[in-house]
Amino acid sequence: MNLDSLMLMRDELVLTVIILLLLVAEILLSSKNKKYIIQLGLVLFGIYTFLAFLPNKTGELFGGSYNTYPLVHYFKAILAFGVFMILLQSVTWIKEKLLPYDFTAEFFILIFSSLIGLNFMMSAGDFLMFYLGLELSTMPIIALTAFEFWNHRSVEAGVKYVMLASISSAILLFGVSLVYATAGSINFDVIKGALHLPLLEIIGLIMIFIGIGFKISLVPFHFWAADVYEGAPTVISNYLSVISKGGAVYVLMTLLFITFTAFQKEWNWIMYGTAILTMVVGNLFALRQQNMKRFLAFSSIAQAGFILLAMLSNNELGVKAIIYFLLIYIFSNVAAFGVVHVISLKTGKENIDDYNGLYLSNPKLSLVLMIALFSLAGIPPVAGFFAKFFLYAAAASKGYYVLIFIAVLNVTISLYYYLLPVRAAFLRRSEHPIPYFRSDNYSRLAFIIAMAGLLALGLYSGVFEFISNISNIF
Amino acid sequence: MSEFSYIYLIPLIPLLTFLFLGFTAKKIKEPVSGYIGTAGLLAVFGLSLYTAYQYFFVSGLVNGKYEPVKIMIREGWVHFTDKLAIDLGILVDPISVMMLVVVSTISLMVHIYSLGYMHGDSGFSRFYAYLSLFTFSMLGLVMSSNLFMIYIFWELVGVSSFLLIGFYFEKPSAVAASKKAFIVTRFADMFFLIGILMVGYFAQSFDFETLNSPATYQTIQGWIANHQIFSFMGLSIFTWALILIYIGGMGKSAMFPLHIWLPDAMEGPTPVSALIHAATMVVAGVFLVARLYPLYYHIDGAFALRVVAVVGAFSALFAAIIALTQEDIKRVLAFSTMSQIGYMMMALGVSGFEGHEGLGYMASMFHLFTHAMFKALLFLTAGAIIHAVHSNFMKDMGGLNKYMPVSSIVFLIAALAISGIPPFAGFFSKDEILAAAFEYNKFIWFIGFIVAGMTAFYMFRLYFRIFFNKQTDYGDHKPHEAPFTMAFALVFLGLMTIVAGFIPFSELVSADRMPFHSHIHWGDPLVIASVLMAASGIGLAAFMYYKPTDYPDKVSAAMGKAYVWTKNKFYIDELYLFITHKIIFDHVSKPIAWFDRNVIDGFMNLLGVTTEKLAERIKFLQTGRMQDYAMYFVSGVIAIVMLVIYFR
Repeated sequence: MNLDSLMLMRDELVLTVIILLLLVAEILLSSKNKKYIIQLGLVLFGIYTFLAFLPNKTGELFGGSYNTYPLVHYFKAILAFGVFMILLQSVTWIKEKLLPYDFTAEFFILIFSSLIGLNFMMSAGDFLMFYLGLELSTMPIIALTAFEFWNHRSVEAGVKYVMLASISSAILLFGVSLVYATAGSINFDVIKGALHLPLLEIIGLIMIFIGIGFKISLVPFHFWAADVYEGAPTVISNYLSVISKGGAVYVLMTLLFITFTAFQKEWNWIMYGTAILTMVVGNLFALRQQNMKRFLAFSSIAQAGFILLAMLSNNELGVKAIIYFLLIYIFSNVAAFGVVHVISLKTGKENIDDYNGLYLSNPKLSLVLMIALFSLAGIPPVAGFFAKFFLYAAAASKGYYVLIFIAVLNVTISLYYYLLPVRAAFLRRSEHPIPYFRSDNYSRLAFIIAMAGLLALGLYSGVFEFISNISNIF
Repeated sequence: MSEFSYIYLIPLIPLLTFLFLGFTAKKIKEPVSGYIGTAGLLAVFGLSLYTAYQYFFVSGLVNGKYEPVKIMIREGWVHFTDKLAIDLGILVDPISVMMLVVVSTISLMVHIYSLGYMHGDSGFSRFYAYLSLFTFSMLGLVMSSNLFMIYIFWELVGVSSFLLIGFYFEKPSAVAASKKAFIVTRFADMFFLIGILMVGYFAQSFDFETLNSPATYQTIQGWIANHQIFSFMGLSIFTWALILIYIGGMGKSAMFPLHIWLPDAMEGPTPVSALIHAATMVVAGVFLVARLYPLYYHIDGAFALRVVAVVGAFSALFAAIIALTQEDIKRVLAFSTMSQIGYMMMALGVSGFEGHEGLGYMASMFHLFTHAMFKALLFLTAGAIIHAVHSNFMKDMGGLNKYMPVSSIVFLIAALAISGIPPFAGFFSKDEILAAAFEYNKFIWFIGFIVAGMTAFYMFRLYFRIFFNKQTDYGDHKPHEAPFTMAFALVFLGLMTIVAGFIPFSELVSADRMPFHSHIHWGDPLVIASVLMAASGIGLAAFMYYKPTDYPDKVSAAMGKAYVWTKNKFYIDELYLFITHKIIFDHVSKPIAWFDRNVIDGFMNLLGVTTEKLAERIKFLQTGRMQDYAMYFVSGVIAIVMLVIYFR
């Protein structure tokens, strides 16, 4: 091993350096100058995001524990980009809520640690690295969930999350041990060759699937999602619903498509059932939510169900569809959560009814909300439509028409509730609408990026083509 | 190829006006935004006519066949798999050129008309922005070169019509109607989308030209014949795909039982009804079937096409019956539209393919064309009347002939046209439809024949009750003729209605794209019978409604229950409400909502009430709710594991 091969894990190394720099800054800066940590964190992370998009070599490290190839590399970049948008949105929140308690550096350090964890998890070549990454990505987020310690809901959410996450980790570890017992290795490549699928092994695999399913908030392992999203600071809900979910989906995809392909017959119908359950339950609960954060939580549960459609395909089209969907999903959800975040921060209002007449007082913000929700609902020509369409296409490639039918039925139902906030903002009047305010420039930048992404990515096919070119991971 | 290189301007211009008006809506004041929109549309209208001229009379006809011209904007826009790619292109062929003319003509007239109609409305600029968006989507829809593109524009048309129907957003009924229209059509669209995916995977293409080529349908037909393709309930999966696509068309074209949104959509401004619900969007379903006609005709012995015919004929009859009893003039016109579209569907469904056998196809397109003119005229005239008397209901009208002579004349022309009286446009297209139906199936012809009589009756019921009948006292506020811009659009469409029937349509549009010769045989008993039928419908209407009489009351009393059922549109809306509210809400959503409210929210409330202090809260959590969650979680694990053990 030399420096050259160490550069394979450039992403993780750069992030680690950034964390160290922030630590040093935290120690060196006087309390008066602590506010510059925000700018420092943003700039450093901006540099990281830029670096992440530069091409990297394919290869493996540590005897196959860690490996990297174009798809995972660029997916890390996509996640970094998503985190960057979330950070932009959180500037005001940090200034108002965290700076007085001197928590600024901690916020950045925790969120970056979690991202390192996700990166390791996605690059993992064996269960050890995978598990370490998973835990590293979860633990900081638990702390962040409970970060508003003066707000009891936030603390409550943190406690719920830590408890349920540890149960899911326990189940996952149990599953790993069962697989190890039958296959005799924790290395993915070795396991792939050694799969003979005795019942014990299948049970092990299911438990691993459930452990990841928890992070993706699949039904019936979704119970934590609504409470945690509602209680956690909005930026953290945002992170949980797009970044951490995105990383987990990626891992599930590579495990199912590559390592456990032999397991396909069994997992197909588990996926089938879980997909239906997740879509239906997510939708039905979303229908009657009044709180926007809860509403988005259930919407993101339902969206996870749609991703499973492509998980059934086990082919290149499925990979493309999933990656593209996640990319668009990051844009849509970051924008939607962002609107909720700025409004909640300015006025403390989080209910759909509070949005009545929003269009008259804050037209631009309402427009952002509408486009983001249309994208989530999959209405063309917003990019969300294309993303959904590719998912259907992936399922269709294996002939799952009944499942597609159910999915499309669910999309129609979801249209109903995605229209509720839009209707409130555009078509309703209110005695006391949310007054006009100007959101800070950082959030504005994030909104502009997200809107540009949603409107352009649908029509400009270059991004999809690029994903297609790197999607051959079989 | 190159002679159509300008064609991308046709959808681009309305898009640009939409963007311009959308971004400057607050700065540009009333007449200017209207002029900008209208000027843009005028350019589109000119280009469309030029395209039609160029295609039909200069370069389209190659060796006795109208060859399609495909203009690529981006080849290989999206690659699904190695074989399956989507192009971004424009297809110029007889039906798309015809639709270009229809859409741009009607849209231009509506733009001009609205200068007067929307005068003084606070949302004037917004209205023109939406109109441009709609026109762009509709033009895009008709010019799409593949199923994927048509679906995108299909949805865009849905979105923009949602905006236009809900234009008066202060009116709760308008908002409800726009939502209903959007959701019902979206419901239909989901079948369409699945149909598209299925067609794509079996035919390995989304491109219309590839799909409609003999190579494609012969291959698929070969699979069906050899049972190499999955079948369901005795029909091949490909036929199902075509039926699913048709369901999408049924939603947009308001075919029974997905028609429920159309009458409510009349809450929108009247010019919008003329544009969307008479001439353009509602015929999208007909256009879709026509677009894929070779597939419909050649797969599985045209089974899917027979479905089209039956649904069309039934809808035509069903809507005509309801139209007999409605009191709101816009609703009469809405049901009349549904009935006429049923006619077009029926004509497509009974048609053959080659030469003169494709009469039904040609007649359907012809009727689409003429109907667009006279139905838009009817709606716009209705708008002028509503504008003048400030009511939608016939009871508030009567004797308007005196006050609004121009409207009266153009309404008469349109009513004669829709009734099928020569020499007005509707006569020609309608008789071609009846002739095609007669050749195919006497029963379907008979339905069409009856509907023709009913149409004449309800149209003239409308005409006499608005313009003659009782002399309503309008008080100080005398109704007045429409202002110049509105009258101009009316007169223009009136002229179109008179001349459109003389277009030799079969020379231009046909199922196999080969021109053939078709003309009305004046002495044919069929023609005489249908004219007599229409004339007797008019006569009966005159007898009952020319002057105030008590016949209508007597008739409705004699009909009893039948009248009540018809007037209430056979309670279809109530049936839907019953299903959605009573069954789905009560038995599915409510229990879940109850669970969520009482178990989950109840718990949250309980938490909020009982504790304020953090420690207590956590303590409480540890003993209560957390365990529940963990229990669900673990039982989920156990359930899945057990299922696997059991099924393996």
